[in-house]
Amino acid sequence: MTLPERQAELPLDTSHVEERRKGSFARLLRTPLGLGALLLLAAVVVLGLLEPVLSVHDPNFSSLKAVNTPPFSPDYILGADQYGRDIWSRSLVAINVSVISGLIGAGVAVSIGTVFGLISGYLAKRTDAVLSWLFNLVMTFPALILVMILYPITGGDYKIMMAVFGIFISAGIYRLVRNLVLGVRNELYVDAARVAGLSNFRILSRHVLYAVRGPIIIASAFLAVASIGIQAGLAFLGLGSSQLPSFGSMAGAAFLNIYQHPIQMLWPSLFLALITGTLVMLANAYRDSLAAPNAVPKKPRRHTAMPLEGDFNATDGGPRNAGGQYEAVGKGNLLTVRNLRVQYPQADGTYKSVVKGVSLDVSLGEVVGVVGESGSGKTQTAFSILGLLPRQARVSTDVLEVAGESIAVQDDRSLRRMRGSVLAYIPQEPMSNLDPSFTVGSQLVEPLTAGMSKKEARATILALLARVGIPDPVRTFNSYPHQISGGMAQRVLIAGAVASRPKLLIADEPTTALDVTVQAEILDLLRDLQAEFGMGVLLVTHNFGVVADLCDRVVVMKDGEMVESGDVRSIFHAPSNEYTQQLIAAILDENTTRSDPPASASLDLTKENAR
Amino acid sequence: MLFSFMIRRLGHGVVLILIVTAITFFLTYSAGIPVATNILGKNATPEAIAQLEAELGLDLPVGQQYLNWLANLVQGDLGRSYFSNEPVVDAMATRLPVTLSVVFVAAALMLIFSTILGVASAARPGILDSILQFISVITFIFPTLILGLGMVFLFAVSLKWVPAVGYTDLSDSPTRWFAGVILPAIVLAIGGIAALAAQVRGSMIDELEKDYVRTLRSRGVPERSLLLKHALRNAASPAFTTFSLQFIGMFGAALFAEKIFALPGYGTYGYQATVTGDLPALLGASLFGILIVVVVNLLVDLANGWLNPKARLT
Repeated sequence: MTLPERQAELPLDTSHVEERRKGSFARLLRTPLGLGALLLLAAVVVLGLLEPVLSVHDPNFSSLKAVNTPPFSPDYILGADQYGRDIWSRSLVAINVSVISGLIGAGVAVSIGTVFGLISGYLAKRTDAVLSWLFNLVMTFPALILVMILYPITGGDYKIMMAVFGIFISAGIYRLVRNLVLGVRNELYVDAARVAGLSNFRILSRHVLYAVRGPIIIASAFLAVASIGIQAGLAFLGLGSSQLPSFGSMAGAAFLNIYQHPIQMLWPSLFLALITGTLVMLANAYRDSLAAPNAVPKKPRRHTAMPLEGDFNATDGGPRNAGGQYEAVGKGNLLTVRNLRVQYPQADGTYKSVVKGVSLDVSLGEVVGVVGESGSGKTQTAFSILGLLPRQARVSTDVLEVAGESIAVQDDRSLRRMRGSVLAYIPQEPMSNLDPSFTVGSQLVEPLTAGMSKKEARATILALLARVGIPDPVRTFNSYPHQISGGMAQRVLIAGAVASRPKLLIADEPTTALDVTVQAEILDLLRDLQAEFGMGVLLVTHNFGVVADLCDRVVVMKDGEMVESGDVRSIFHAPSNEYTQQLIAAILDENTTRSDPPASASLDLTKENAR
Repeated sequence: MLFSFMIRRLGHGVVLILIVTAITFFLTYSAGIPVATNILGKNATPEAIAQLEAELGLDLPVGQQYLNWLANLVQGDLGRSYFSNEPVVDAMATRLPVTLSVVFVAAALMLIFSTILGVASAARPGILDSILQFISVITFIFPTLILGLGMVFLFAVSLKWVPAVGYTDLSDSPTRWFAGVILPAIVLAIGGIAALAAQVRGSMIDELEKDYVRTLRSRGVPERSLLLKHALRNAASPAFTTFSLQFIGMFGAALFAEKIFALPGYGTYGYQATVTGDLPALLGASLFGILIVVVVNLLVDLANGWLNPKARLT
């Protein structure tokens, strides 16, 4: 075993640095922060470059008369230190020392990290293992201490020390480049056969260097900041030439004088903060300009009752009678939804509607199917009723009644009270819906402990686990999610859903992720539990076969709208809508797994189920 | 299983100690610092210098010198400092507690504040989030050094709240011990708090968007439990790795803090040894440095195993 995988120490987050960095530098200059930081940094660097012109005294010249001269004196703009040396002239030299330190430290780190990252990723196998081990090793040691250990052989030259420091902080860049090459390498394998020998490495390196240049530029800024800080620190300690003015040595001299003349502390601190601060702000501004090419609109809170805009209004809101009124809400209705609408903010500031006026009813003991392809809005419909939509979603209804209680769909508190008592939810993907860090038992017991003792809750859950067909309930109870199979996990989730004795069970594609043999068992189980507990069930599925098997009534959805609803039998035998006919035709192929969309139906598959 | 894992890790530690001390040894040797002259002064006769070199074993071939050091190490003898003649083991015993005090208090501060900040800004994006971003920029702008000097100036020189310098042993007076280590600990912790809080925030946001959180929410699990029990537990593993890197980094930065606050710690000892070419002291300091790194990494791995059942060594 090698050392454990380490995360890069530097903020090398590549996740949002994608292919949209075109013109990111120009964009950087348009932000006030980026432009301001760049100008300030440039001004300081120019001061350093003009040192021969602007310098008033020799930076190491001591004048007895000038000892501890206060700032803003003639000839001594920033004053003089306790040895009578001109702080202004020393600062100018120190700027150059800092800039060179940053350039060397970051330059060495980036070069070494990139070169070895390319080699490691390209050669892979043993070379990669050895190099990764080495860089991991370097990463686990304090670079400062290593530089100090090596201090004697650097002879005290700050440039050599910074080069050594650069080597020790190259691991972050190394990992960044290596991981990318390893990723790209596999993609390129197909083409690699066609590309002649040597050019392979060149293609790879070009491709990779192009892809990582954004993160590398950002990391360089932070590496430069680290190098400048370390150089100052070492000089402060007195490691390095006493003849060389640097902000560290100036701070060190001022520190000895801090009780008498604290103002001398200010100048090196100020210059250092200016240089490193502008670098950090530049890097942050550059990262922002890479991440967000367009201004992202502020996320509206769900609670703000904003009027919904879009391509729908209250007039196309679902089943109505001739008089234009909604159908009367039936007695004994468990769930009544009228004109449910869900919208999401887009990057360009507009809102996109994913559910456009859906109306539903579920009675006690009734199973209602919601059928549609991916992106039809059926899962969004289910989540709206449960109050489980992501924060940025905008949702509204004309009517939402759950178990006879009228609630506002934006009302988190009421929905929260409903969840875990009246409403329950069975998810689609069994594995990702169990918390990997807790045992199956503990996460099933937790919701129940609000109403009963831990012991009772445990007994209840064990009985339920047996009821949903788990062969060894105690063992499963004590298992972690990764130790049980997908079919078992789905049974666990069903047990978790019915544990609170809900009146309405909302199941989102409960069998889609399972093997075909397991699917039938799970459907049987759902049917049995529904009958046993007398629950109403809202079953979301893309599969008309499942609907025919289980449901009393069905709602067909397409592109966020209801296209048809009614009794399963009648819809099955005489579907009036063309889309419904296609969905039904899809199951006649005995294809019970998720099918491709019918060729004639133009469906947006990019809108995935969940969000 | 756990036992054999720990043995393996300690085995790695031994290999590391051999590599790093050997490198230190040969590099220091090749720097050619005239140790005997440094001890006796520039006016010493060549005979006296030769005699001292023979006494210290400096006239032996370099490989032989290193092997001698290793042989003594096995017997628990790290030799004596060339200059103070103090046994290196004794020096470590008095100096390590100082540095460890500062670093542990800093680590505690870092853990507490970065968890609070990270969790809060993940749970309530908006103003807190902006504050966190602001803090992280500020701490980058002011390196440990400047921060430390500023703190000394503010709290010790201007406000006179705490003594500027000095260390009191914990067993002598816990309150004075705390007064002595709190400022350097804050200085060390501040940079790490920003970095770690950002990590905690990112992991928390990732976890809160996961399916299992939604499913637990659907069962009526309260938001507080989702946040502080489920999401935090899952977010802790990556955060711990960042924490361990910060922790190790603090051992380096502790040197500045020790210097600024005049603490007689491990860092200043190693620093002195480096500057004077005091090889036994330097090797002893390296040895303990590696030991600490190895132990910290081991503890982090054990913590990760405890936090993440999949990584558990079964």
